[in-house]
Amino acid sequence: MQHFNVDAARSLGGPQWLVDRRVAAAEVVGASTMPTAAEEIWRYSRIGELDLGRYRPVPVEELNAPGDERAPGGGPWALEAGKHSGMLVVRDGRVVRHELSPELEAKGVRVCDIATCGVDEDVQGALGSVVRDSPDFFTDLNDAFAPGGALIWIPDGVVVEDPIVVLHWCEGDGEASFPRTLVRAGRNSDVTVLERFGSPSSDHVVDAVTEIIVGDNAHVRYLSVQEHGSRTWHIGMQRAHLGRDAHLKTAAVALGGDYARLRAESRLDEQGAESEMVAVYFGDHKQMLDFRTLQDHVAPRTRSDLLFKGAVENEAASVYSGMIRLREAAQKAEAYQTNRNLVLDHGASAESIPNLEIFANDVKCSHGSTVGPIDDEQRYYLESRGVPPHDAERLIVLGFFDDVFSRLPHGGLVDRLRSTVIDKFDHGASR
Amino acid sequence: MVATSELVIRDLHATVAGLEILRGVDLTVHAGEVHAIMGPNGCGKSTLSHTLMGRPDYTVTSGSATIDGVELLGTATYSRAQAGLFLAMQYPVEIPGVRVEDLVGASLAARGVGVEGLAQRLNDEANRLLVRDEFLERGVNDEFSGGEKKRVETLQLAMLRPKFAVLDEIDSGLDVDALRDVARRVVAMTQEDGLGVLAITHYARLLTELKPDFIHVMMAGRIVASGGPEIADQLEEVGYEGLARQLGVNELTVQKPLATGKFEDPTVGSNPFADPLGL
Repeated sequence: MQHFNVDAARSLGGPQWLVDRRVAAAEVVGASTMPTAAEEIWRYSRIGELDLGRYRPVPVEELNAPGDERAPGGGPWALEAGKHSGMLVVRDGRVVRHELSPELEAKGVRVCDIATCGVDEDVQGALGSVVRDSPDFFTDLNDAFAPGGALIWIPDGVVVEDPIVVLHWCEGDGEASFPRTLVRAGRNSDVTVLERFGSPSSDHVVDAVTEIIVGDNAHVRYLSVQEHGSRTWHIGMQRAHLGRDAHLKTAAVALGGDYARLRAESRLDEQGAESEMVAVYFGDHKQMLDFRTLQDHVAPRTRSDLLFKGAVENEAASVYSGMIRLREAAQKAEAYQTNRNLVLDHGASAESIPNLEIFANDVKCSHGSTVGPIDDEQRYYLESRGVPPHDAERLIVLGFFDDVFSRLPHGGLVDRLRSTVIDKFDHGASR
Repeated sequence: MVATSELVIRDLHATVAGLEILRGVDLTVHAGEVHAIMGPNGCGKSTLSHTLMGRPDYTVTSGSATIDGVELLGTATYSRAQAGLFLAMQYPVEIPGVRVEDLVGASLAARGVGVEGLAQRLNDEANRLLVRDEFLERGVNDEFSGGEKKRVETLQLAMLRPKFAVLDEIDSGLDVDALRDVARRVVAMTQEDGLGVLAITHYARLLTELKPDFIHVMMAGRIVASGGPEIADQLEEVGYEGLARQLGVNELTVQKPLATGKFEDPTVGSNPFADPLGL
């Protein structure tokens, strides 16, 4: 880890408060050790294979100085995102372009780089306030080396009609990048955020942190799509805090990467808060896709629902480990969690570990998980209608994912994501 | 039109889990004809239907089954379907997220048949069979009632236009109205398209709707009697046991091994579509 030091953290520039914050975090990192698979939160993961000593943070010479926004308009991804009201293009964690419709700007919406847009104490205080309660080595690392971050700040009462998109691209062999995103939706506001991650087939580590603050009676829909190249590692933390009667839907689509991990957490802090979490993942070759979820009910009459569905083929592996926590005060809370996995080849594997911690006595709660191959009866039924076996399996796999695809908050991308799943399935050579 | 097609089954023997269930079945169905196979539970009727369709855990030990001279046995299930065979299943399986249109579209595309206007044709056919729109929007058979499943089986039959249809207890789980609608649609296909039908049933009530040209009685893996509608009357009168005595047949049924239904891979876990809560 010799490259992840205080000097490297300081060198990334930006306002003094941010440099100080980075340096403090780099000191924490310096005093920490890498997590191991012995820890429950890393169980079944491939963390033991990660030698951070082989990587260095993308240096400032490559990142360029903060505020250098020479990037063009977001390329094909911006087009695929469809109509949007704001966009951030982020390269190796550095915001290289930001745009926002003038009407929203006039209403006080901010879509910009944390390092350059002169953020006030509210923003400074919000940054890190959500992930603080879920300590993670890679969050510390992100605190130390994020050059800035995508800020999406929606004032109270503002409704943002079209999505705000954050497009991340990371590349460079032997380098690590640290995307950071802060979404804050003020009271009674409404916004959809699409965050998309990609890389070429670089031997690169992406350590991404996204914090979402959903104010009282605010409605937020958030979709993250991960389509990294086949040698890239992605270690993601996405955590949300929900206020009174707040509604949050978070969705994750994980398709790329060598080892790709997402911690997805929602904490329901006030009465009436509702969290819906869905995910689609599809692993092939020797990929591992790893999910750790937390539905944390602090307040009474809160509701959470989770549906994660994945498939693995070839020698790919997936891990789903989910926790529902119903704290003492969370009476009349409802929490549901379902994880289903299709294992398409004998060499592939899926772990599914649901967990409950219930400290309240008047709650509704259920969880369930399944791991299994394509159902032979279903294949036979389709074949009996004249559908060849591979086509039958493709139909079954797409059908399996259909209920999650139909719940993705950004419908415009669904066809594109569906076809990526079809491509992966069709290229699964061993069938 | 296909008026000259024939499905010919000769001396068909098949085993399930090592036990011989079919013990020499001979049967010829011509285009436009309706044949009914009746028999007591456990006589091998459903085994015949799945053996013809090529269900993976059913093993043919001898015999042949051809459509217009093309051998079906030994070929893949989907090839048999493409050769013109359709099996309306007794227990159609639920496939979440795969709509009838997806299924029919994939089947037609695999045969190189154009799918232009498919949605419209499907809607027209659904109206004819009184299948409500919601059952076209959902995954096929997904939380359908017994009657809806059979209507949708018939819908697929009408869309795929096979030469021969095996209807495996299509009358089970049907109320009187649904039975009539399904039977009328099938009869229309025999008249309009020359569809040949092999209807497997346990009950006589299907016969009053389907009006078969020929009735066959199956016992212990063989067809023991064939004839016209009078056979149904005879059965009505004396029952299967009485008929067996008249024919000098000792065995009515074949003892089936206990677990033949599922052919799941035992090395992996449960069906991911199943409700883990058991609700």
